[in-house]
Amino acid sequence: MREFRILSPTAILGYGFPLASFQAGLAKKPHLIAVDAGSTDPGPYYLGEGVSFTDRQAVKRDLALMLKAGIQNKIPVIVGSAGGSGADSHLAWCRAIVDEIARDEQLSFTMAVIHAEFKPETVLEALREGRIRPLDPAPPLNEDLVTSSSRIVGQMGVEAFVRALADHPDVILAGRSYDPAVFAALPIRLGFDPGLALHLGKILECAAICATPGSGSDAMFGTLYEDHFLVEPLNPDRACTPLSVAAHTLYEKSNPSLLPGPGGRLNLNEARFEAVSDRIVRVSGSRFEPSARYTVKLEGARPIGYRTVSIAGVRDPFMIRAIDSVIAGVRARVADNFADLAGRYRLLFHVYGRDGVMGPLEPAPGLDGAHELGLLIEATADTQAQADTICGFARSTMLHFGYPGRRATAGNLAFPYSPSDLHAGRAYVFSLYHLLEVDDPAGPFACEWVRCGEGQPCV
Amino acid sequence: MRVTLASITDVIRSKNAGPYELTFDIMFTTRAWFERAVAAGVFNTALICRLYRIPPEDVLGIIAYPPAKAIKVTIRRPICSGDIGETDVYGAQQHAPLLDLAFDL
Repeated sequence: MREFRILSPTAILGYGFPLASFQAGLAKKPHLIAVDAGSTDPGPYYLGEGVSFTDRQAVKRDLALMLKAGIQNKIPVIVGSAGGSGADSHLAWCRAIVDEIARDEQLSFTMAVIHAEFKPETVLEALREGRIRPLDPAPPLNEDLVTSSSRIVGQMGVEAFVRALADHPDVILAGRSYDPAVFAALPIRLGFDPGLALHLGKILECAAICATPGSGSDAMFGTLYEDHFLVEPLNPDRACTPLSVAAHTLYEKSNPSLLPGPGGRLNLNEARFEAVSDRIVRVSGSRFEPSARYTVKLEGARPIGYRTVSIAGVRDPFMIRAIDSVIAGVRARVADNFADLAGRYRLLFHVYGRDGVMGPLEPAPGLDGAHELGLLIEATADTQAQADTICGFARSTMLHFGYPGRRATAGNLAFPYSPSDLHAGRAYVFSLYHLLEVDDPAGPFACEWVRCGEGQPCV
Repeated sequence: MRVTLASITDVIRSKNAGPYELTFDIMFTTRAWFERAVAAGVFNTALICRLYRIPPEDVLGIIAYPPAKAIKVTIRRPICSGDIGETDVYGAQQHAPLLDLAFDL
C-alpha cells in the first residue's frame, strides 16, 4: 500500500521543538518536512506593520534544523505563512534568515518563493467586478477600506504549491497560506485523496497540540495512505487518542465538522477516529467538497493612528466606589481642554477588577468587593504627539481629580513606572476578511526561483 | 441532580475563530454527561444571551460534536479583534462565566 510520511516539527515556526522529537521523526524517513509559520490570532498589528510576531533567533533555530535535515536527506522543506502574516515584508524577513542559514551551514539548494501580497489595484478591480464578498460576519468591503490598508494578503491553497512542486524545489518559502496546504500539497500532487491530505494537514499544522498532553512546541508525525491516515506524536511522553485528535478539530473553528478553505470545504461528518495503539490514531472518512467557485481568503490591516497608554492602580476604597464618576469627569475635562481636537482622538479607560477582561460581555460588571483596581488609560490619535497629549492630560487630571468623600488629597493613582506613559506605536485594525473569487487558484500567487548557498546570497 | 458545569467537563475554553467570531468549547468528562447535557438542551441561545448580555442574533451557532463529546458555541465578537476598545485580542479569557453554571441533569 502506498504511503506518504510527513514530519511537522512545531505548531508555528519559532515556537521550537525538542531535538529528540525531531530526530525521531527523521528516523521514520519522512517524504516531507513542513511547517506553518503564521496566524491572525496575534491581531492586526503584525500584518499592518509588516513585522513578525515570532522572534528572529527562535525562527532561525527551528529553520536551521529543518533545512539541514531536509537538504542532507533530500527531503523537501515547505514553510507557509512566512514571517507570521505572510506579506512581502514578512517573506523577505524569513528569506534573509534562510540566506543566513545557507551561508552558516554551507548548504546549497533551490528554493521557490511564493508571494501572497495583493496590490490594492488588484483588489479594487475585483471589488468593482463583484468578485469579493465578506466572510460572515465581517462587514461588506468598500474602496476606502482597500486603499487605506497598509497590507493585503491572500491565503494560497494547495494549487500554488502544486505548481511550484512540478519543478522539484528543495525548499518552498511561501507567503500567507492556508495552514494545511503546506502539508497537503505534495501528497495531493502525488494523487492522494485531498480530503484525507487536508485533514491530516489540519492536524499537523498545530503539531503536538492534538496530543495529550498537548504542546505547540513539539513534533508530530503523519502517515497518509489511500483511504486513511495515522497520526502519532514523536515525544514518547505524549499520546494521540481518538478523543484528543477529534477534539482538535474544534480548535479556533466555528464548526468542527465543516471546515471551509480555499476552493471548498473539508467535511468531517463521516470522519472516524480510531486507536491503533495507545498513542497512534487512525483517521478515515474525511472528505473534501469543492465549491462551485474557487475563493481565496483576503486579509488586510489598516493603520488607525498612534497609541499611548498609561498604567495605574487604585487602592483607595472611596476612589474605587467613585470610579465611574471620576472617569466621566476626566473625560469631560479632556474634551473641554482640547476642544480643538474633538473627534480626532479616542480615549479609553480599561478598569481591571470590574470589566477589564470582558468589556461589554462581562455578566457581572460590579465593583462589589473590589479591593483594588487596575487602570489602563489609552489614547489613540493621528500622531504619537497627539496621543501623548491626550493620554498625559487624562492621567494628570485623574491623578488629582476631586470626588465626593475624598480623603486622599495627594493623589488618586499608583503608577508602577516613571515615565508613567508608554508609547505603543502605530495601531492597526483588520480591514479585510473577505473572499475573493478567482478563476486560476494559483494565479494570484507569483512564484520566484532562487538558488541558495555556494557562499553567495540567495539569488 | 444539580451539577456545576466545571464538575462534569475537562475543558471549558474560549478563543477567536477568525477576527469576527468568538468560539467556546465545552468538552465533557464522559459521554454520559455529554449526552445528558445535549438531551436536556442546557446550552441554548437564551442562556448564552443572558450570560454574555448579547442579542440572539449574535449567537451564531450551538453545535454538539459527539466525536469529542463536546458542545461548541460561537458568538459574534463585540468588535473585530484588535479594534479600538479591545480587551482580549486572542479571546482566550471569555469563558469564565461558563465555569459558574449549574444545571439539573
